[in-house]
Parts: sequence; structure tokens; C-alpha cells
Amino acid sequence: MKSKTTETLMKGMLWISGILTLTILMTILVYIISRGINKINIEFLIQNPRRMGMEGGIYPAIVGTFYFTVTTILLAAPLGIATAVYLTEYAKENYWVSAIRFGNDMLSAVPSIVFGLFGLALFVVKLKPITGGWSILSGSLTGMLMILPTIIRTSEEAIKAVPKEYREASLALGATNDQTIARVIIPAAMPGIITGVILAIGRVIGETAAFLLTLGGSILIPSSIFEPARTLAMHIYLTAMEVGALDMAFGAAAVLIITILILNLATHGILKKFSRASS
Amino acid sequence: MRKILFMCAALSIAAVIMIGLFVFVEGYPLMQKVGFFNFIFGKVWSPSEGLYGILPMIAGTFSITLWALIMGVPLSVFTAIFLAEYAPKKLEKLINPAIELLAGIPSVIYGLFGMTMVVPMIREIQKAYFGNVASQMQSGYSILAASIILSIMISPTIISVTRDSLKSVNRELKEGSLALGATQWQTTWHIVLPEVKSGIIAAIVLGMGRAIGETMAVIMVAGNTVRFPESIFSPVRSLTGNIAIEMAYAAAGDHTQALFGTGIVLFALIMAINAFALRIYGKGVKAK
Repeated sequence: MKSKTTETLMKGMLWISGILTLTILMTILVYIISRGINKINIEFLIQNPRRMGMEGGIYPAIVGTFYFTVTTILLAAPLGIATAVYLTEYAKENYWVSAIRFGNDMLSAVPSIVFGLFGLALFVVKLKPITGGWSILSGSLTGMLMILPTIIRTSEEAIKAVPKEYREASLALGATNDQTIARVIIPAAMPGIITGVILAIGRVIGETAAFLLTLGGSILIPSSIFEPARTLAMHIYLTAMEVGALDMAFGAAAVLIITILILNLATHGILKKFSRASS
Repeated sequence: MRKILFMCAALSIAAVIMIGLFVFVEGYPLMQKVGFFNFIFGKVWSPSEGLYGILPMIAGTFSITLWALIMGVPLSVFTAIFLAEYAPKKLEKLINPAIELLAGIPSVIYGLFGMTMVVPMIREIQKAYFGNVASQMQSGYSILAASIILSIMISPTIISVTRDSLKSVNRELKEGSLALGATQWQTTWHIVLPEVKSGIIAAIVLGMGRAIGETMAVIMVAGNTVRFPESIFSPVRSLTGNIAIEMAYAAAGDHTQALFGTGIVLFALIMAINAFALRIYGKGVKAK
């Protein structure tokens, strides 16, 4: 009898926890979108902010986010994929490889604000002649380090998931190891790699603290990567906390969260297509 | 080809070392000037008077983190058990992506949610039930607000690590227990959970690391007053918040160096926590 009561009780608690987690997510999504959605219209998206963001639109933040994300991915994706190829195809399990893996785990644990301090000290101050101080480039170099672990991990998994037969068939046809990797393995792993890159895009778009110290936060539209900019996430923080224009912040937050939702759906779409194609 | 790839791969470890080094080099001179002990255990932070003690911020970070764990761990571990052992397939397919999404929501969004929803709610509750609390503690910006938001933010980490280690438990073990007449919960409690103890501890420690390192959501709801926390309704400032808030106007020299010094403490703390988590997690995996 007693064990039966415990059974029912615990099952109830487990169900409640599971449903509660789902409810919390839905509450946040619905709350942010419902408070921001009626702010979103064409003017809001294509106008410049007026009076420090109290009125007007978020166009510079959208442009800033776009330039910044593209620059960061262009820096990080080749490096991350190269690392993954090295770890899966070339490296033998030795001291160096475990050191690299450890470094990778540690890098993904470093808090955003510490990345910011590092970026500030190195890219913004020390390398000012190259990066232009607070600029998209400084922010992107900082962001690159932040998303490397994500890209490396997902690319590694994608490469490992490529069926052994592909490699053997290519080698049997007389291709060299390097040719096999470049022409067979990487193309076959591409959907998984792209999923990782999209995850990384989500991270770049969402992070704020590191870029507060490196990206400059200018409200003007940047004309090159050597100029400061602000991302949507920074714009939300600055309008909510420093300007106190909450309705504008909610508008920008709704745009940001819808973007994140779309990116999430995209990764699921790609993965689904991929697993169907390979099975 | 091999060498080029190796150089790319070595970047991640080089980056960690460089981050530590740069933050250390920038912050160390001040730590030396005021004394390491005075910096860590100094109770007064007043850059205009040249006083740099970060103990209030350390206390702030730890009180927020502690409460976030108290609220977040039971919910997360229970959700993980639910997902791994009890949830119907359909519900599992709904909750798993939801957790991914929860992890992907930007911290400013959590902050905005906290400052417009959680903070006012706490303020109302205080007005109604705790009228005798000192008035500067009645704004709603508090340890409680920050830890509620953080408990949500760390849950995806704790859930996914716990769920994965639960799923790695041998099926024979569970089936054996069930065949001997144990109920499902008895099996979970006596057989499955002891098996994955190290995985759950690693999950909690990783979640703790995330809570200590979080910046934006915390500064938007914690009030950021430099003072020792007196109750759960006190406004506090975290180590991360100290850097983010003051870096914008800190003058070059001692003040900036003190903020880098705060970064050194934060970096060392996080590295220690994560190395610890990886170790116990690695041990748990190896034992299998």
C-alpha cells in the first residue's frame, strides 16, 4: 500500500515538473511576443531610432546584427570545421588531442563578460590600429572564440556520423585520404555542419555582455567592419535599462525572439531532411 | 595540410590560455597594489575613494546562485527523470525541443521578462505581506528576482546532462528490478538514480557555473546595489554585473584594472568549477 502511494505521488510530481517546464517556456514566449507584436510594422523595421531609441525604429540594430553575425560566422566556421576535421580524421588519441578537447570544453564555459574583458584588452585596445577600436571586427573576433566550441562539437559529430562505406568506396577507387575528406566526407557531413553553424548564429544573435565591451553600441548604421555597431540584443538592453523605453524594447524583443524561433525551426528542418535522406 | 589543421585545432586551447593571461595581466597590478587579501575580502567598493573590495559582489553572486540552485535543481532533475523514464513518446517529442528553445532564448529576453513580470510581482507580494521590510528593499529588484530568472536559465543545462546520463543506464538493470516486482518509482529511486549520481552532480555543477557567469539577465533584475545581502528581498550586485555596469564609465587606470581584477576572480572560479564537473562526469562515464 505504502509503495503504491509513493508511486502515485512521485509520478504526479514528475508529470507536474515536465508540464511546468513546458509552461514556463510558453509563458515567456507568449508574454514577450504579445507585448511586442503590435509595435512591429514596416516603419519600426526600416526607420532609424529617434531620441536615443525612445521613438522611431530599429533599422540600425537589424543592419548591425546582420553585418556582425555574417562577419563572425565567416571567421569562425572555417576554423571550427578545420578543427573538427583534424580531430576526427588526422589526430591520434594522444596528449595533444585531449588537451585540445579540454581547451574546447573550457572555452565553452568561459562567461560572456570575461570574453568581453579579453576582447576589450586585446582587440579594442592593443590592436586598435588594425581593428579600429570598438568595431564590428573587434566584436566578431571576440564572438568567433565564443562560438568555436559549438561549431567544433557539432561538426565533429556530423563527420563521425558519415557511414564508413563512403570512405572505403572512395579509397578503393584510388582517391587519396585528403581527396576523400574534401570530396566525400565533408559534403556528406554538410547538413550536420550547417545545423551547427545555425546554432552558432543563434548564440551570436543572443549574446550581449561580451559585445557590450567590444562592439561599441553605436546607434548609427555601420559602413564598414571597422566601425562600431549594436545588435538587437544590445539594443533591447540599452533601450530598456538606460533609456527606459520599455515598449520599444518589447518591440525589438519580439523581433529577436521570432528570429530565434525561425532559426530553431530551420535546424530541425535540416536535421529531419538529413535523417530521412540517409535512412 | 595536417599542420594547418593542427594549428586551427590548437587555437581553442591557445584562446583559453590567452583569455586567462590577458585578463590577469590587466587586473593584476591593482590586486598587487591594494593587496590580494584586501581585494577579495574588502567590504567597501568605492572607486572614487580608491577603495576596491569585492566581497559584497562575491556574496551577491553566491546568494543568487544558491537560491537559483535551490529552486532550479529539483524542477530540472524531476523533468529529466520524467523525460527519460516516464513521459509518453509524444510528450517527450514536445518537451525536448522546448528545452532546446529555452536554452536558445537570449539572456536579455529573460532579463526583460524578469524586470517587467517577476520584479513587479515580487513588489506586490512584499507590499501585501511584508509591509515591515525597509523601503529600499521594496523595489522588487532583489536576490529573489534574479534567482527565479536564473533557475529557469540553468534548467536546460541541468535537464539535458541529467537526461543523457539517465538514458545511458543499462536496460537490463531496470528490467531486472521490475521483474523482481519493484514498482517503477522504486526502480528509479533505488536502481537508476544511484547509477547516475555522478552525472547528476556534474549537471548541477555545470548549472552552477552558468548561474555564476550570467550577466545580462542578472543586472536587469538584481538591483545592482553594492551592499551585503540581508534577506532574499535585498538588491545585490553580482561579480559579472560589476564589470558590465562600471566598464562603460570606468576611467583608465585603477578603476579599470579593478574591474579586470573582478574578471580574474570570475574566470578562476568558473574554470575551477568546470574542471571539477568534467572530472566527475568523466569518471562516471569511464566507470561504465
